[in-house]
Amino acid sequence: MIAYISRRLLSIIPSLWVVLTALFFLLRAVPGGPFDADRKLPPEVEKALRAYYDLSAPLHVQYKNWLVRLVVHQDLGPTFRYGGRTVNEIIGLSLPYSAQLGVLAALFALALGVPLGVYAATKHNTARDHAAMALAMMGVSVPRFVLAPLLVLVFSLKLYLFPVARWETWRHMVLPVICAGLPLAAYIARLSRAGMLEVIRSDFVRTARAKGLSERRVILRHALRGALLPVVTYMGPALSGLLVGSLVIERIFNIPGMGRYLVDAATNRDYNLVMGVVLVYGVIVMVLNAVVDIAYRFLDPRVKME
Amino acid sequence: MSAEPIPPSAAEEEAPLPDAEALPRGTSLWKDAYRRLQKNRAAVVSAVVLALILVGCVLVPWLSAYRYDRADLALGPTPPSLAHWMGTDMFGRDLMARVFFGGRISFGVAVTATALSLVIGVTWGGVAGYVGGKVDALMMRVVDVLYTFPFLIFVILLMVFFADQKSPLYSAFKTALSPFVADSKDPSYYPIFQLFVVFASLGAVSWLTMARIVRGQVLSLKSQPFVEAARSIGVGPAGLIFRHLVPNALGPIIVYVTLAIPEIMMTEAFLSFLGLGTQEPLSSWGLLVSGGANAMDYYPWQLVFPGLMLAITLFCFNFLGDGLRDALDPRTRKE
Repeated sequence: MIAYISRRLLSIIPSLWVVLTALFFLLRAVPGGPFDADRKLPPEVEKALRAYYDLSAPLHVQYKNWLVRLVVHQDLGPTFRYGGRTVNEIIGLSLPYSAQLGVLAALFALALGVPLGVYAATKHNTARDHAAMALAMMGVSVPRFVLAPLLVLVFSLKLYLFPVARWETWRHMVLPVICAGLPLAAYIARLSRAGMLEVIRSDFVRTARAKGLSERRVILRHALRGALLPVVTYMGPALSGLLVGSLVIERIFNIPGMGRYLVDAATNRDYNLVMGVVLVYGVIVMVLNAVVDIAYRFLDPRVKME
Repeated sequence: MSAEPIPPSAAEEEAPLPDAEALPRGTSLWKDAYRRLQKNRAAVVSAVVLALILVGCVLVPWLSAYRYDRADLALGPTPPSLAHWMGTDMFGRDLMARVFFGGRISFGVAVTATALSLVIGVTWGGVAGYVGGKVDALMMRVVDVLYTFPFLIFVILLMVFFADQKSPLYSAFKTALSPFVADSKDPSYYPIFQLFVVFASLGAVSWLTMARIVRGQVLSLKSQPFVEAARSIGVGPAGLIFRHLVPNALGPIIVYVTLAIPEIMMTEAFLSFLGLGTQEPLSSWGLLVSGGANAMDYYPWQLVFPGLMLAITLFCFNFLGDGLRDALDPRTRKE
């Protein structure tokens, strides 16, 4: 077990290395440099800048320096655009906001999606089931960036219930968390309904019923665990979708998270910042995927540890 | 698919034989599926609504009295009225014309990118599944690695880097397109080029699931007698994959395509919303929603109509895809 876990987690490193290396050279291969957007700099100033940001050495030397700095000192270097701040500082400041938003949205999605799906499954093929599933389908189909402005329009601009933007008190968090979490909740509801429908017909559930257990106990203690397997498998891609979806939520609600740096840094050719943001996103997604794989093996004893 | 030299001429003549044999079973499968689909009212309604929207988008230049880019600054933003059913935008442009023109781009991007992902995915998955062994393991390992990466981040980077007026890709594109453009007075290819980059980058990252599905199907089909029969009469590997194995995996492929189109449509809208996809004065649903969101305090209709259109279209595609899956794959059918 421990061998499997450590092997699974270690397998992240080569994937991450491939992605970052490809990105490093891609960034520098594309025309347009970090100092193009400004008015023309005097040559000696530009030369000094290039030297400061380690852009004048041959590519392989730049790459070696970058890798050594990252691995040995965990230092991602200076940003090109944010006046003397380092990439580490920028990420340190913005990541907590994105992380809070992501965690709250995921919890909200689970708390709403699983009960809805289980409820629909227990009322299989009734009007309530169909209504719940139509609702879920709507949740899957309405993009976050349509949902968010509409909710702001209704709840902030018309009803004055919640603030329009920022991330300070719990009242600020309600709308962003709902907008980020709702599509995910809808997917989870569909999956847990399907999972529950499958499990509910299996022999061990029939046995539990035959023992005379209450329906509630049968569903919650016996069937739920098996029914959640498809949800767990889906959580990996779902959470990375949430991460990307938060880009839009952060922008709409003006939350100072990491999302905006991704687009801005790429537009500005801020190489170090792009590398830093992609590194953080990559680590998060790959670790989540690994955790999901591991959790799957815990939940389903039938899956063998290879 | 002009790949492998198909060895003897026999391949060309005799290939229809196993197909013909498989035909009765195939037809009844499709008829069966069609009957099941017809019973699914939600799916049928969705298909009709989609068809109506699509017809509207295609015919809008002839149906609409307004052009999508004709500004009327004296008019400015007006709420929905008899003259402008969905109102007008900040520049007095008719919103309905813009919504349906936007639909052309949204549909066009989604269909083109899906087709691209279909070609890459079917080839990749078909070859991996058919060849098997080390090649299969390697090819699927590539897919696994790509899967773990948040692909949208890659799309954003691709968009920013390649959709640049200075990129060599743009000059190549301009040269390639110039013979086809009559008006040589400095035509701006840039918006078209940007759309082209959207197609290409979306297609290039969304073939992974397709490859997995096709590989799985090919693996389970390749040991069946009809494949053996085809091979015994001298059909080469390319012929086996594309003429015999892939056509038999068509059911799951169709379902996946129906579900991939809304996904890509949503991604295009998302990119346009971030300002990376379609650009003014063209319009797409994402771009219109983005503009509407900025103006929603005073002109809410500018947000509501494009948002509604996008949501309805995605909703219908998803319902249709679900219905097709139930119809084509009896195992997952709802009882």
